[in-house]
Amino acid sequence: MPGEAVTRPSQVLSDDTLLEMYRLMLLSRRLDERAWALHRQGRVQFHVSAMGHEATQVGAAFAINRGVDYVVPYYRDLAMAIALGCSALDFMLGLFARRDDPWSAGRQMPCHFSDRDRHIISGSSTVATQVPQAAGLAFAVRYRQRAGLVDPQDETQPRLALTSLGEGSTNQGEWHEGMNWAGVQCLPLVCLVENNRYAISVPQTEQMAIPSVATRAAGYGAQGESVDGNDVLAVYDAMHAAVQRAYRGEGPSLVEAHTYRLTPHTSDDDDRSYRSREEVAAAGEVEPLLRYRSVLLERGLLTPKMVDDLEAQARARVDEAQRAAEAAPEPAPQEADSPVLAPLPEGLA
Amino acid sequence: MADMTLIEAIRCALDEALAQDGRVFITGEDIGRRGGVFRATQGLYEKYGARRVMDSPLTEMGIVGVGIGAALADLRPVCEIQFADFIHPAFNQIVGEAARMYYRSAGGWRVPLVIRVPYGAVPGGGLYHCQSVEALFAHIPGLKIVVPSTPRDARRLLHGAILDPNPVLFLETKYGYRQIRGEVPERDAPLLPGPARIARSGVDLSLFAWGLMAHYAEVAAERAAREDGLDVEVVDLRTLHPLDRDSVLTSVSKTGKALVVHEDNRTMGFGAEIAALLVDEAFECLDGPVKRLAAPDVPAAPFNRGMFDFFLPGPDDILAAIRDLAAY
Repeated sequence: MPGEAVTRPSQVLSDDTLLEMYRLMLLSRRLDERAWALHRQGRVQFHVSAMGHEATQVGAAFAINRGVDYVVPYYRDLAMAIALGCSALDFMLGLFARRDDPWSAGRQMPCHFSDRDRHIISGSSTVATQVPQAAGLAFAVRYRQRAGLVDPQDETQPRLALTSLGEGSTNQGEWHEGMNWAGVQCLPLVCLVENNRYAISVPQTEQMAIPSVATRAAGYGAQGESVDGNDVLAVYDAMHAAVQRAYRGEGPSLVEAHTYRLTPHTSDDDDRSYRSREEVAAAGEVEPLLRYRSVLLERGLLTPKMVDDLEAQARARVDEAQRAAEAAPEPAPQEADSPVLAPLPEGLA
Repeated sequence: MADMTLIEAIRCALDEALAQDGRVFITGEDIGRRGGVFRATQGLYEKYGARRVMDSPLTEMGIVGVGIGAALADLRPVCEIQFADFIHPAFNQIVGEAARMYYRSAGGWRVPLVIRVPYGAVPGGGLYHCQSVEALFAHIPGLKIVVPSTPRDARRLLHGAILDPNPVLFLETKYGYRQIRGEVPERDAPLLPGPARIARSGVDLSLFAWGLMAHYAEVAAERAAREDGLDVEVVDLRTLHPLDRDSVLTSVSKTGKALVVHEDNRTMGFGAEIAALLVDEAFECLDGPVKRLAAPDVPAAPFNRGMFDFFLPGPDDILAAIRDLAAY
């Protein structure tokens, strides 16, 4: 778009970055599909899917300082975890509950991400519990800056906490209490609400009396914005504004990304009882991966050949990760006994 | 040596911890300008400022949840829950989150968090300022439970709790805050959660207690010695989880008789765990039934003073229980 003024942060993303976002969305999608297949074959116990949410998650991840800023995700954030640097093998090791599963060594259900090096906090399955914790991480960021322990401009240090959850989870007290804390203390917290219209089976209209979760931000002195969650660049733009606001010390933001879950809630769910097939099919027409592919094809960043090549690469990575994970050792059963308590530091025990 | 009340020792430890480690901060309701409703943090806001001594919004789950987040980021939060009765909204953050974090991340994330909790019956407190919650939390793997009963222990155990890389519930007998006095050395090493304290050595009977009841147990044991010639060993457990099983078993192997006293109600109270441990691992040593003296199975100590006194075990009740068991 020569001559046009830069009005959206995504306009200055490099071609490599735009393609990387596509590659990561694609990898997450193919991993996700494989997990469903493995579950249907009886080879894994459980899967919780991110399919349909990839644009929201990848767009959000790219707006923060990936691997440095704190991220407190929820179980639907596979594409976000992948975008933060977790590998296909990491996911598969968790899916197969292997000893070397880096997130929980086979203790948690799949997609309960945890990576100390990448500043991804371990989560539970109880929704919204992570929100006050994310406020605490944001508090710690600000505490260190005010104590003079870190330079607020130092990009090697965490400068915000990003947490994410579904729209239904914003009905939990923990969400409200965490957001209020972040608001009153003006903390660098960004809350990403992945609004897929259903809390398992209950539609948003039966969960809250407002059409947009973003309006809840006002109650906490936070900035609220709604965005098309199936448009990865639109999510990036909205998140970029929220992230920069946090970096500038202007307090918390809520970004509501409207998207759709293309699969049942989990492998144990059957969504036919609460969503019409027509509705699901219609969502498939506007799903984020195909949509982003069209954008990149239109811009000439992708060619049909590249699409095929990237597809083959993604499938190869999924195959390889699955093979390696299936061949990886199980934990010894008695490893279930630990580690309950962290050992005392040297010199104290 | 200084003579201190229990609450003065706690305040002293908080002051020292804030001075020693820049990562330590305190948060809770009214703990700043007000100095806490019990005055445990009195003077600390003036000394360290609002960054280190921070009033929280009214949200117990927020206090604990924010504490968890700060601990994950390697700060050393010391959170105050104003009364144990108000801890229940934070139950999920403590039980589902803080206590499970290390296990669920296979050792990836730790939560060095201290939660200070005034607990137990106090005259005039009523049903919602008198609860004892130790048994609710002692059941939970991954959480340490500390209950000091002397000023010296309160100070050094609070330091130890802050050094511990795990979440620690630090229960403070609020009725004992000004009732319990004792000598506190000028310099004292931190005491990590774990070991019990033999408060009084004896051979006739083992009396297990913690918090205010440990204080009363010592009073009752002295009277039993004086009035009945009974030599009662008082074991102040100090840490309920992890329990110092060796000290419990060693004591009963010497005395053959065990009495547990707690102000929590009887059913599924922590006394049941002691009794089970003794039956399981010291059966051959027992010369009598393992007895429990506990509050009745009602929600908490009532507001009316006569009903309150009926509810709460005191030195007289403990002495009577000692005599009964000794006569068995």
